[in-house]
This record gives sequence, structure tokens and C-alpha cells, in this order.
Amino acid sequence: MGSFPAILQSEWTKIRTVRSTVWTLLLTFVVTVGLGALISLLTKNNFADFTKNDNSPFDATTTSFAGIGLGEIAMIVFGVLAVGNEYSSRMIRVSLAAVPQRGTLLTAKSLVVGGLALLVSLVTAFVTFFLGQALLGDHHTTLSAPNVLRAVFGAAVYLTMLCLFSAGVTAMLHNQTLALGVLVPFFFLLSPILSAVPKVKNVAHFFPDYAGKQMLTVFPTPSEPYGWLAGFFICGAWTLAALLGGAAVLKHHDA
Amino acid sequence: MIELHELTKRYGDKTAVDGLSFQVPQGVVTGFLGPNGAGKSTTMRMILDLDRPTSGRVTIDGKHYGQLSEPLKYIGALLEAQAVHPGRTAYNHLLWLAQSNRIPIRRVDEVLALVGLTEVARKRARGFSLGMGQRLGIASALLGDPEILMFDEPVNGLDPEGILWIRNLMKRLAAEGRTVFVSSHLMSEMALTAEHLVVIGRGRLLADLSMADFIAQNSRSAVRIRTPHPEQLLDALATQSITAEAGPEGSYEVVDGDLVKIGELAAASGVTLHELSPQRASLEEAFMQMTADSVEYHAGVAPGEVVTDAAGAAGAWGAGWQPPADKRQKKQKGAN
Ligand SMILES: Nc1ncnc2c1ncn2[C@@H]1O[C@H](COP(=O)(O)OP(=O)(O)O)[C@@H](O)[C@H]1O
Ligand SMILES: [Mg+2]
Repeated sequence: MGSFPAILQSEWTKIRTVRSTVWTLLLTFVVTVGLGALISLLTKNNFADFTKNDNSPFDATTTSFAGIGLGEIAMIVFGVLAVGNEYSSRMIRVSLAAVPQRGTLLTAKSLVVGGLALLVSLVTAFVTFFLGQALLGDHHTTLSAPNVLRAVFGAAVYLTMLCLFSAGVTAMLHNQTLALGVLVPFFFLLSPILSAVPKVKNVAHFFPDYAGKQMLTVFPTPSEPYGWLAGFFICGAWTLAALLGGAAVLKHHDA
Repeated sequence: MIELHELTKRYGDKTAVDGLSFQVPQGVVTGFLGPNGAGKSTTMRMILDLDRPTSGRVTIDGKHYGQLSEPLKYIGALLEAQAVHPGRTAYNHLLWLAQSNRIPIRRVDEVLALVGLTEVARKRARGFSLGMGQRLGIASALLGDPEILMFDEPVNGLDPEGILWIRNLMKRLAAEGRTVFVSSHLMSEMALTAEHLVVIGRGRLLADLSMADFIAQNSRSAVRIRTPHPEQLLDALATQSITAEAGPEGSYEVVDGDLVKIGELAAASGVTLHELSPQRASLEEAFMQMTADSVEYHAGVAPGEVVTDAAGAAGAWGAGWQPPADKRQKKQKGAN
């Protein structure tokens, strides 16, 4: 077997030498931060209107993360492209000829993609939080308030997991266009819609995005079927399953 | 050394490679010849462990490809289609490849210079012509300075200059003592570069022999004669123990015949000749005859007999010339 650090370095070179890495990650940051800032500002200016029918305490953290549902789409695209461009360019054959240990190759790629996604997600999460809080003015919260720091880290972990989930699904489908066509509509439309439909939502509440978003909640919500820790494990299980599925397909499929 | 043992690959009902066994000799250019769809690319992908054999095995220096540590240092390959991310530069493509196998980074500049891509090293592959893409693929193959090189139809779609360049490169690599295994569907291309030949048709081995043997067995000549008085001529020839076979369109052909002698015999016996011409089939025709026979033969005959008979047809000379019955039975050279 080849040297694992060498394979990691090679995967890092792959990821940093295509433009899509920059624009997808930049978009994740800009959309999440920007939309969160906008909603925070609107909330401050219309605070009485926005909260008058709401009996639960005002969640300043969640408000600042209002843009994550859109920002995650760019992160999903990043995860798909990182794996999918090997297939769309047929480069997968060159990659496997260089590193025929397929499980090792996918592990290295996942570590590099996941590591970069986590880094960008952490920066995104903290900038989103601080900017949002600054714009919320009197209604803001702080990192030292209960559960807030966990929720901010939760936002970063959430984005990272969705990215790796998408990477795993792309390896399972071994087709970039197909993966984009399945994952983007699913996370952008299908899952949010289904999670609001009576009866169906009982299932949809176990989808990776819905489960993962529980990591962002600050106040325990009795209406939710489970808490943030269960959400972490459910989303994590989806991610792991997608990566293992991707590895299984990669190992057995002709390249 | 690459060794194949009963290598078979099926895609659903389609058998792309069918019980192939041969060895690629070391230190020479071996041409891997077969018509389109014969299974050449599939075989090469199985050598690299990209496609998994349905049965049989293939080894490189006695090892399965997946057991090679840093395989680019053993074997470099150019596969049929371009396999480079369009948005990545040539330099960066070679860089990640070098890093994955711990190949010194200076090799990247070396191979770029070797294939003449230094000028465009920092350009994205998207803008590369077919020839430049092919050169980049060859640079990738050479990166690890491997003993074995494998090229799948490297001259396909190239301009004459590119073809000449690849031809010379392969000869140079073999001169350096490397093993070069190169596929083509054109005999004429192989005749210029290959020292050894492996011919397949419909996934099966048709011939495995040296180029010299192939030429010796396939470049014999015949003399074609056309006359309004064939009996008279045949009698005249018989006096000199020369036998003629029936050729196309009422002509006759004398295998390895001497043009001058036959002409003089005809004149001496007063026979009018309408044609007296030398016939020499090209290697391309011999190759086509060999593979065409395999296709016909596959129609309704059990496997196993195929290699012998189809290889025997290598005695054919191409258009218009039918090999004598006894020649058809002669086995050219079977599987190793
Ligand atoms: N991935 C595949 N799926 C199905 N059939 C295939 C696949 N790859 C090759 N084939 C079939 O196998 C046969 C051999 O193809 P190939 O190896 O590409 O031949 P060659 O390279 O000699 O032209 C062809 O009939 C081709 O259609
Ligand atoms: Mg081919």
C-alpha cells in the first residue's frame, strides 16, 4: 500500500486546484452570513410584529442562522463536486490507477473534503453568529448563554455532515449530474416540504437535514420528537451510512 | 512483466474478453491488435484493476495490480479517453498524481518538457487540443519512470506530426529497455513500431508471435496469370513442376512464383497472356483476413478450436487470394 499522508496530500492538491471549491465554499459563507444578517436586522426592526404570536422565548441564535437552509445547498454542491468531478472527467480511472486501494482513496478524500468543509463551516458559523447578534441589538444573546456555544458548533457540524453525506451519495451514484439532480431538490424542496406535511412529517423528521438542524436549537422544544444530541447521532448515522455505501459501491463497481 | 491467465470479462450477456492468456515480453514494443470492439481497452482496464475480471487473473511482476505499492513506479498507462479535470492545469494534474505515489515533484517539470507541454503547463486542460490531451496523458504515464508502459490507441485522432512523435517515443522507450504494450486497430501502425504482436478478435486470442514471424508468414508473394488458353498454360507450367491455383475471375495464381520464368514459359509455348502480375498482400490485409475469419468462425462453432483455426488463416494474403486448403490448417502460433 502507498503512503497515507502522501495520498492525503494528493487529495488536498486535487481539491485546492479546481475553482468549484472556492465558489461553492464562498457561496456557503456569503449566503449563510448574508441571509442571517438580513433576517436579524429585519427582526430587530420589527421585533414586536415578529414575536407577538409566539409564546416561546425568543431564540436569537436561531434567528441569526436563518440563512443556513439556503447556505447548506452550496455546501452540498461542494460535497457532490468534490467526488463527482472524478466521474464527470473520467479522472477516477487515473486516481484508481495511482491508488488502487479504493477504500483508502475514499477515506483520504473524505478526510480532506470533510476537514476543509469543517474549517469553512466553523468560520461561517461564528461570523454568522456574531454579525447576527450585533444586528439584533437589544435582543441579542451571547456565547456564554446556555446552549449557545453548542448551537454555533452544531451549525458547523451540521454543514460538514451534509457535505460528507452528499459526497458519500455521489460515490454511491458514481455520477455527478445524477447526484446533483437528486440531492439539491431533495434538500432544497422535498425535505422541507415533507417535514411540514401531517403524518409524512413523522418520517421526514428523521431525514439528515431535519435531524441535523436540531443541533442548532438553544431552547428545548417539546413539540420536537428528539433533542440536539439525538439529532447529532441521526445526522451522523446518515453521513456514515452514505460514506460506507459509497465505499462499497466504489470497491465493487468497474471504474 | 504482464501476465494474463484465462482472463475473462462479461458485461451482462456480452463477453468482452474471453479466456485470454498471454505474456507481454519485456524490453520491447508489443502491439496489441484487434478490430474495434475486440476487447483491447477492456483488457487494459483489467490489467490496471479498474474493471474486475469475471474470471481468470492478470499479474504485473507476479503481483496483482492492487498489491503494488505506489504502482505508478511500476507501470504507467494512457487509457483511451482523456481523463483530466477540465478546470485543472496540466501542472496541477501531474502534481497530485506525483504526490499520490511519492514521486519527486521535479519529475512533473521533467515529463512536461519531455512531452513538449512546458509552455502550457499552467493552462487549464479545458483548452487543450486532442493532441495536447494525449501528450498530457503520456506525461502522466511517464511520471513514475516506470519499467512498463501501456498505451491504448495512442495515435487515435492525432495529426501526422503527433503520430510520428508517439511512434518515435515508443521506440525510444523500448530502446531504454522498457516494456511497451500498445493497442491499435491498425496493422500498418504496428508494423512500424512493434517487435511483438498479440492479436485478438471478439475477446479471444488469435495470434501471439514476433513481428518477424508475422511478416515471414504473411508477406509471401504470388504471380497472377490470366489467359484465354488456361489448359495449354497449365500444361506448360506442369513441365517445370509449377502448380497454379484458381484465382479470382478466371485467373490463376502461382504461389511464390517467378514472374520472369512464367512469362518465358508462356512465350515458349505460344500462349497468349492477358495478365501477368505480381501479387503481394499488405500486412493490413493479412490482419483483416485473420480477424474477419475469427468473426465468421464464431458464428456456430465451439470455443477452444477458435484460436487454432483463426490463427491458421494468417496465411491469407488478402483481397482476392484464397489460401490453399493445406495452408489453412497450418497453425500459425497458438496461445502460450
Ligand atoms: N462497461 C461496459 N459495459 C458494457 N459493454 C462494454 C463495456 N466496456 C466494453 N464493452 C463491450 O465490450 C466489447 C469490447 O470493448 P473494448 O474493450 O472497448 O474493445 P476495443 O478496445 O478492442 O475496441 C465491446 O463490444 C464493447 O461494447
Ligand atoms: Mg478501445
